[in-house]
Amino acid sequence: MAAELDVDRLQAWVREFARTVADHRDELTELDSAIGDADHGTNMDRGLSAAVAALDAGPPADPAALLKQVGMTLVSKVGGASGPLYGTFFLRMAGAGGSGPWDPAAFATALRAGLDGVIARGKAEPGDKTMLDALAPACDALDAAVAAGEPFGTALAAAVDAGRRGRDATVPMQARKGRASYLGERSVGHQDPGATSTVLLLEAAASTLAVPQD
Amino acid sequence: MKKLINNPSDVVADALRGMAAAHPGLLRIDHENRIVFRGDAPVQGKVGLVSGGGSGHEPMHGGFVGPGMLDAACAGEVFTSPVPDQVLAATQGVDGGAGVLHIVKNYTGDVMNFEMAAEMVTAESGTEVVAVVTDDDVAVQDSLYTAGRRGVGVTVLLEKIAGAAAEQGRPLAEVADLARTVNANGRSMGMALTSCTVPAAGKPTFDLPEGEMEIGVGIHGEPGRRRVPVAPAREIAEMLLEPILADLDFGAGDGVLAFVNGLGGTPLIELYVMYAEVAAILERSGVTVARSLVGSYMTSLEMAGCSVTLLKVDDDLVRLWDAPVRTPGLRWGV
Repeated sequence: MAAELDVDRLQAWVREFARTVADHRDELTELDSAIGDADHGTNMDRGLSAAVAALDAGPPADPAALLKQVGMTLVSKVGGASGPLYGTFFLRMAGAGGSGPWDPAAFATALRAGLDGVIARGKAEPGDKTMLDALAPACDALDAAVAAGEPFGTALAAAVDAGRRGRDATVPMQARKGRASYLGERSVGHQDPGATSTVLLLEAAASTLAVPQD
Repeated sequence: MKKLINNPSDVVADALRGMAAAHPGLLRIDHENRIVFRGDAPVQGKVGLVSGGGSGHEPMHGGFVGPGMLDAACAGEVFTSPVPDQVLAATQGVDGGAGVLHIVKNYTGDVMNFEMAAEMVTAESGTEVVAVVTDDDVAVQDSLYTAGRRGVGVTVLLEKIAGAAAEQGRPLAEVADLARTVNANGRSMGMALTSCTVPAAGKPTFDLPEGEMEIGVGIHGEPGRRRVPVAPAREIAEMLLEPILADLDFGAGDGVLAFVNGLGGTPLIELYVMYAEVAAILERSGVTVARSLVGSYMTSLEMAGCSVTLLKVDDDLVRLWDAPVRTPGLRWGV
């Protein structure tokens, strides 16, 4: 039987994402110092801490309500570019996935809707040295694995692998969006902080969403 | 890190408390939303001007709130744009029935957060909002392959000029057109002698050894386009003005407003040394200076360095520049 993603499972994903971002806070800020403005780790940690606090105060009833609440909190708390981008990502996921428990296909559909939201909001495309360089290949890999009938855990692992490769591929890229783009050729040789935090999001999904059900 | 702060995470809130204490009457501060309002906002029948951005650029933007300039400024975290909720609350708070102008510096985050706020304003009320984005930094050369030129020094001049036009009672479309004209006719270029330290990060954003400087920096402690040996002010003025003068014909027309801006850690005496060189180059280049501004108005925390902005002006712009203004950061004619 396909894994069922209920509100508790998705909540665990968000909490794990928040935990790993807090763990990697200084690393994300360090990466952002090299080619941006030294605030990515601080901002994401602040926003996700607020999202977790909101979950503690009153967990939403269903997956759509949960991800909407997370998205709104990030939009309200993060600022910068990450706030609208990650906020839009979760809001679009909420809109696409529906309120009932999700199956893997529904999760893949929602993740792609999130990706489309990030593209629309940020007006970037893969190859610009942004979070899209991790998120887009991860969506492709997830879609392919889910369509091939792979177990959800295997599908998520494939998405993580694709995301990591995409993140690593940002190192030699010259940035064309965001503050890193102002550096021109000097942005080459640095890993993109947004793609790095996106891999944390994917890794959190793999470690929380695919736990086999009893 | 040595700074006059209490706790790195409280810098913005603490500074806003200081502004409220220093300028009672002139300003009203919404501490929850981190908005600096003009004391008498909303002014009925007047176009409302809202700007905002990351903190750390003081006096911009909160220091430019008051009669003749902004109606509200949203303060983000240090070097981080404000969030849509702040911009929404600021827009509603300055809506005097004549519409609201958003003045946005061209940074990915600022543009997205102001866009989301404008969508929320439209969804929640009938208030007409027009956004004007400033992008005057000639250090960003190839706009096709970047997020576009950054909004820098021209933003200060635009806020003053558009503020005067709104104060005169000009309608929103006219104020917005004027703001776009100012942006289209202004160019800037900056340089840094030192980096700066974001309080939450605790150490300088980049290393800049003694004897070297960055040419083409923005206002967020980000590195510039190239690093060169430190040079006399005369040569630095050439390096900054050359790309500005190459980008737009400042010789034609009525003259320019010449603005030498300190980035936070450079004393006024050095800014005047720079201005002397700038004025000499402009004279040699056949550019008439109609007005000037020298001082630290758009800063990058404690970064040492400066930016130069030239704005082509006509009689209308000069009159609007000269019009009375009463804000913590700019004040004359009142």
